[in-house]
Amino acid sequence: MLSRLKRDLTMAEAARAPGGARLDLLMIADMVERGAKVLDVGCGDGELLRLLAERRDVDGRGIELSREGVNEGVAKGLAVIQGDADTDLADYPDDAFDYVILSQTLQATRQPRVVLEHMLRIGRHAVVSFPNFGHWKIRLQVGLGGHMPRTDNLPYDWWDSPNIHFCTIKDFRQLCMVSGAKMERAVALNAWGTPLRLNAPWWFWNLFGEQAVFLLSRGR
Amino acid sequence: MVELSAPDAQAPSREADSPRDSLVVRFGPDRPLKLDAGVELSPFQVAYKTYGALNADRSNAVLICHALTGDQHAASENPVTRKPGWWETLVGPGKPIDTERYFVICPNVIGACLGTSGPASINAKTGQPWGLEFPVITIRDMVRAQAMLLDELQIDSLFAVAGGSMGGMQVLQWAASYPQRVYAALPIACSTRHSAQNIAFHEVGRQAVMADPEWRGGRYLVEGTNPRRGLAVARMGAHITYLSDAALHRKFGRKFQDRESVTFSFDADFEVESYLRHQGSTFVDRFDANSYLYLTRAMDYFDLAADYSGAVANAFKGAETRFCVVSFTSDWLFPTSDSRAIVHALNAAGARVSFAEIVTDKGHDAFLLEEPELFAIVRGFLEGAARSRGLAPASSAPASSAPARK
Repeated sequence: MLSRLKRDLTMAEAARAPGGARLDLLMIADMVERGAKVLDVGCGDGELLRLLAERRDVDGRGIELSREGVNEGVAKGLAVIQGDADTDLADYPDDAFDYVILSQTLQATRQPRVVLEHMLRIGRHAVVSFPNFGHWKIRLQVGLGGHMPRTDNLPYDWWDSPNIHFCTIKDFRQLCMVSGAKMERAVALNAWGTPLRLNAPWWFWNLFGEQAVFLLSRGR
Repeated sequence: MVELSAPDAQAPSREADSPRDSLVVRFGPDRPLKLDAGVELSPFQVAYKTYGALNADRSNAVLICHALTGDQHAASENPVTRKPGWWETLVGPGKPIDTERYFVICPNVIGACLGTSGPASINAKTGQPWGLEFPVITIRDMVRAQAMLLDELQIDSLFAVAGGSMGGMQVLQWAASYPQRVYAALPIACSTRHSAQNIAFHEVGRQAVMADPEWRGGRYLVEGTNPRRGLAVARMGAHITYLSDAALHRKFGRKFQDRESVTFSFDADFEVESYLRHQGSTFVDRFDANSYLYLTRAMDYFDLAADYSGAVANAFKGAETRFCVVSFTSDWLFPTSDSRAIVHALNAAGARVSFAEIVTDKGHDAFLLEEPELFAIVRGFLEGAARSRGLAPASSAPASSAPARK
């Protein structure tokens, strides 16, 4: 177990050094099979799509809400379209992709459950990464500070935050349950972006994981 | 009153048969063009221009499809108007469609009047201009003729097809009719079907032409007249649809034309009136009135879904072509919703598609204008496609001479 963690860490560290890629994105890339067909929902300026193309040789497409992000992505030669995760996933046919990825976007959707169910309809797998609202620092800010939390990852004031549906790792597991999603793999990353002990119990992840990455497939 | 510049009624007809500064391929009776109308056009000819050089494995050809009143002079001075090519902003050495890297072909469409067979051309059977005897043509007919031109040039597969407006319709038709021959497609400011509003605008234009007594039932070239006023009015009306309220306000507002106040007459008191009259009168010097009828009709008839059992997605099923769809926020002729419908169909077909909407107040005409964001997107899209097709970058592209010129 320790050697696996060590390997993950070395891989992550080595990868971050030259390219400067975010560790949570590397973690996602690690969950995607080589050569797969991938849809990145909320792809921003296309950083993850580029990473996936370079490292995993995927056939990647992206949807992004912000026009600047889209136009930047298209100008980089990526297949990105302007669209809204909440409304536009319905237009995709079943089984169109091997993986549908939602990276740091779940909390900004209006209907997270609908989005997740579409992801699992469109793709054989879904990969979801999100900031864990159960992290101890956040609990501390709400519980003792008595105010909405602000962290390096979540720098917004409550009134101008695009994030309207925060959840904890525990909450997300509940969503997977009600949506009939099967959890294939899960990783929690600490404040430094490194994975937590794999054999740690869920409550430990929920307290010390700042971010979580889940690989899901259709259950039942 | 529409002020008209020096009349030269014969200019379009001369250009229609022997275009200046263009290459022409003539298709004899053995190679007729089969039209959607159920008839064959034969003999016929296609005028075109090329820019750049075809590479050794003939894999760097880019087809440019022109819009309603465009022509083959995309990237070089137009011999009729003496103005720069209509897409010189985008096509040329070092430009987004880089002629140092790609071999660009721009044909004049069937039904037009700059050297490809159309109503102003001479009908070989009668020795007279075709006029309304010319068969009604469609976007698909234009594309068929282009495919025959490429056969002639021995270009099996296009690296890219690009065009805006009616040109974009041709791009979509190319991808639907010849998916194997199109590696990348760039339909800009267009739609998979002409809307009722657009058909309505076209009808107004056609009625303006036909209401001109000089139109003579379409026989003006034979009778030595020219429906200049009708065509100018048609152009004035259409031109408004190519702009936007915001752009007109920005450019003209309520500014007076060479006067301090209104004159209580029907003179062109306002700058915007003067501008439109100028647009109308310069247009008739370079365009054939009947061509205008035929080409607007071809756009009206365009409806990809109707040709593919009701669903546009069927037109692109299994498409390997990569698409880049572009729209402009202030385009009310082909609004973003039209482009979004293309994207939905392509997604439903599982095609590889990019889609960008560009913020501008310049309206539909934005695709012809200085739009840095459009340039960046076209450049990036083509570069990405070139990488994946293994096309050499501009500096190391082996240059062979252009293919056989007829």
